[in-house]
Amino acid sequence: MLIRIADFLGRDFLGLVLVLCVLIVFFGLSSDYFFTALTFATMANQLPALLVVAVGMTFVLIIAGIDLSVGSVMALSGALLGFVLVELQWSIPYAIIACLSLGLLCGFGNGFVVARWGIPSFIVTLGMLEIARGGAYLVTGSQTLFIGSKVQWISAPLPLLSVSSGFVAAMIVVILGQIMLSRTVFGRHMIAVGSNDEAVRLSGISVRSIRVKVFCLAGFLAGVGGLFQVGYLQSADPNAGVGLELSAIAAVVIGGTSLAGGRGSVINTLLGVLIIAVLQTGLAQIGASEPSKRVITGVVIIAAVIVDVLRHRSGGIARYFKAFRRTP
Amino acid sequence: MTLPFLQITGLNKSYATPVLENTHLDISAGKVHALMGANGAGKTTLCNIICGITPADSGYMQRLGRPYQPDSILDAHHAGIRMVMQELNLIADLTVAENLFFERLPTRYGILNLEQLHTDAATLLHTVGINELSPSQKVGDLGIGQQQLLEIARALALPCQLLILDEPTAALSDPQVDLLFNNIKRLTAAGTAILYISHRMEEIKRIADDISVLRDGHTVFSGSAEIVSTQTLISHMAAPLDESAQGETTPAKTKPALRLRGIGRNERLRGIDLDIQYGEILGIAGLMGSGRTELLRAIYGADQINEGKIYPDVDKQPLKLKSPVDAVAHGIGLIPEDRKQQGVFLTQSIRFNVSFLSLNRLTNRWGWIDRVGEHKVIQQQIEALSIKCDSLDQPAASLSGGNQQKLSIARWLIRDCPILLFDEPTRGVDIHTKSQIYGLLRAQAAAGKAVVVVSSENSELTGLSDRIAVMSNGFLTATFEQGDWTSELITAAAFRGFDAARQSVHDK
Ligand SMILES: Nc1ncnc2c1ncn2[C@@H]1O[C@H](COP(=O)(O)OP(=O)(O)OP(=O)(O)O)[C@@H](O)[C@H]1O
Ligand SMILES: [Mg+2]
Repeated sequence: MLIRIADFLGRDFLGLVLVLCVLIVFFGLSSDYFFTALTFATMANQLPALLVVAVGMTFVLIIAGIDLSVGSVMALSGALLGFVLVELQWSIPYAIIACLSLGLLCGFGNGFVVARWGIPSFIVTLGMLEIARGGAYLVTGSQTLFIGSKVQWISAPLPLLSVSSGFVAAMIVVILGQIMLSRTVFGRHMIAVGSNDEAVRLSGISVRSIRVKVFCLAGFLAGVGGLFQVGYLQSADPNAGVGLELSAIAAVVIGGTSLAGGRGSVINTLLGVLIIAVLQTGLAQIGASEPSKRVITGVVIIAAVIVDVLRHRSGGIARYFKAFRRTP
Repeated sequence: MTLPFLQITGLNKSYATPVLENTHLDISAGKVHALMGANGAGKTTLCNIICGITPADSGYMQRLGRPYQPDSILDAHHAGIRMVMQELNLIADLTVAENLFFERLPTRYGILNLEQLHTDAATLLHTVGINELSPSQKVGDLGIGQQQLLEIARALALPCQLLILDEPTAALSDPQVDLLFNNIKRLTAAGTAILYISHRMEEIKRIADDISVLRDGHTVFSGSAEIVSTQTLISHMAAPLDESAQGETTPAKTKPALRLRGIGRNERLRGIDLDIQYGEILGIAGLMGSGRTELLRAIYGADQINEGKIYPDVDKQPLKLKSPVDAVAHGIGLIPEDRKQQGVFLTQSIRFNVSFLSLNRLTNRWGWIDRVGEHKVIQQQIEALSIKCDSLDQPAASLSGGNQQKLSIARWLIRDCPILLFDEPTRGVDIHTKSQIYGLLRAQAAAGKAVVVVSSENSELTGLSDRIAVMSNGFLTATFEQGDWTSELITAAAFRGFDAARQSVHDK
């Protein structure tokens, strides 16, 4: 049973958990405030948006693509949510459907252009980044729309659980995402496209439709992120999620997903997100300045990738310890 | 007694399990030393160690009596040792000339001197005797055999004292093999040592002076080629096959599967009429570049055809095959020739590679993949094709070349397609497994499937096929029923397309 769990989570999992524990212990020792319920509650409330976006990003990186538009798409879907609630007085369910559909639509736009004309996703999603950000300003009239208590339930603590429904929903997304990746046919197809797309094409499987679906998923999850973000702020901010795509990519890569495609794990992305969140909260609490916070975060990202590369090199780390004896 | 050029003693190397154990080998100057052994015996690993690409765990190498310890391929080059690797390592986006001189591109004032590059490349290709390649062709457009020739030309470009050829002929047809052998004779006459790896017995008989056989990393035989019989060699390589298991399969009743009428594509395929039938193996012979791969790809929808139609069987509407997706929906499967680029997922596990096409059959009610069922199916294939591996979770890249080839065959065999197109299915596969694969293909045909096999080895086709079609220069120049063919007739037909092309130019 233990072996099956370890097999399900993958070998990288334990290393990441270790890093996370070290960080938590370090900040716990260096700051008096770190080990308080408030710290963790704050993190748990800020996390969901980044987390669901990072799950979508994991899938995109696995098919050897990249999605730079997620931060803007999140802002745009959030803006639409605020607009229909405040200006059009829609009821909550319809407003949420509109918000998620817009995210999905943006993702479909990315995926369609990438798959139909074979344009690198870097360029297409860079374009979408601008389009969606502009759209968010247009929808909100460049102002933050205050929504108030209508959406507060998303980030309010659930009874008995002391975490928000947004957090619970994000965890469900992680679990479903991991199952889809490692246990379903579509998951295998994604990994295959990332590791050799010509072989997939010659297997009689449509590479285009896999690409479109993955970008749709990333867009949809950005829409979900928009919903969480609006719930957290209780307003729709057209400036929300600036630079979020980079945090998401960083979290995914720390989690060991390969930028070259073909390898990745959603659970490890969760750990990557936690590592980034703990690092940022912890650094703030021990009084690190904003610039030095950024320097340290950058160093951690690069270090994580170096460790990952070393471990996946042929023969693994064992190679470095094996003495090369030449006996005459 | 003269000193061997390279003397290898007590070499050991293990990955998860030992690959080489106390291996020894003496390579003499001016001789062709053939290295034989089943898939996964450790031949390529040994070559990689000689070239400094992989480090050995322990062992000792002497070059002309002096210790030789290469740490990189550059050390090997300095020691006069070069290698043509088993897997192709060309840059698809560059031209033939650029690939040939990649490490020493000629420049003038820091700018690439294309003119000189192309004359140099043309001279080199001419010296080596390769006429079918032009320096300005893009490598990505070449077939696998042509790429292999290019690799050989690249190795022949610089003088060396030991040339290692790891299955150089796996995708070559007879004229190119002759050409390679002429070059080898030229080199050995000048005192170069050759280490030659091949699974084709007749080649070894023709060219080898010395023979060594590896079996599970042990040198089980080493001696002069003159005194050893083929039978002894085969028995050294692996335990004898259980012949009774194969037996003769009774031929199934044939019925039409696909009828090709007037298939044409960009001068590569010209007006091809061909019937493919359920219940038989159709062999397609021809020289490299004759359009065999293009034909299979056209049937499979991987390339679009400009002219002609493909009918499913008698009196039906033609098939519309716009992409492999359509072909698979019509029950057609293709096992491509280039396993590295088109077949295998190198970074993924054996499990992933083998079950990839049959996942829909292996899911439960909720769409989860049934791991136990998957395991069972894969294990069966691993036994049926003797795939040598340590575990199912090992990445495909860590398998030997022949075993990677078996992965892409296994994947389609369990997929259960009524029409299977094999492009060089036994490329790089050892003698024993070859006959296992032939048995499996015959069983497929006997079960009523249509099997099409493209191969550069005529002896393979004559032994396997019920019918043989010959392609030449894009034309289908002959089809032979079983018993009507001879090796001369096939060769003659393989050249006839060039006359036909000249004729049609005349007519216009
Ligand atoms: N990086 C690796 N990790 C684990 N095992 C490996 C690795 N490289 C090679 N092996 C194993 O070493 C064995 C020998 O491989 P090698 O490539 O030398 O065989 P070979 O004799 O060249 O076979 P073939 O005829 O198929 O080319 C194989 O069983 C292979 O699985
Ligand atoms: Mg090999």
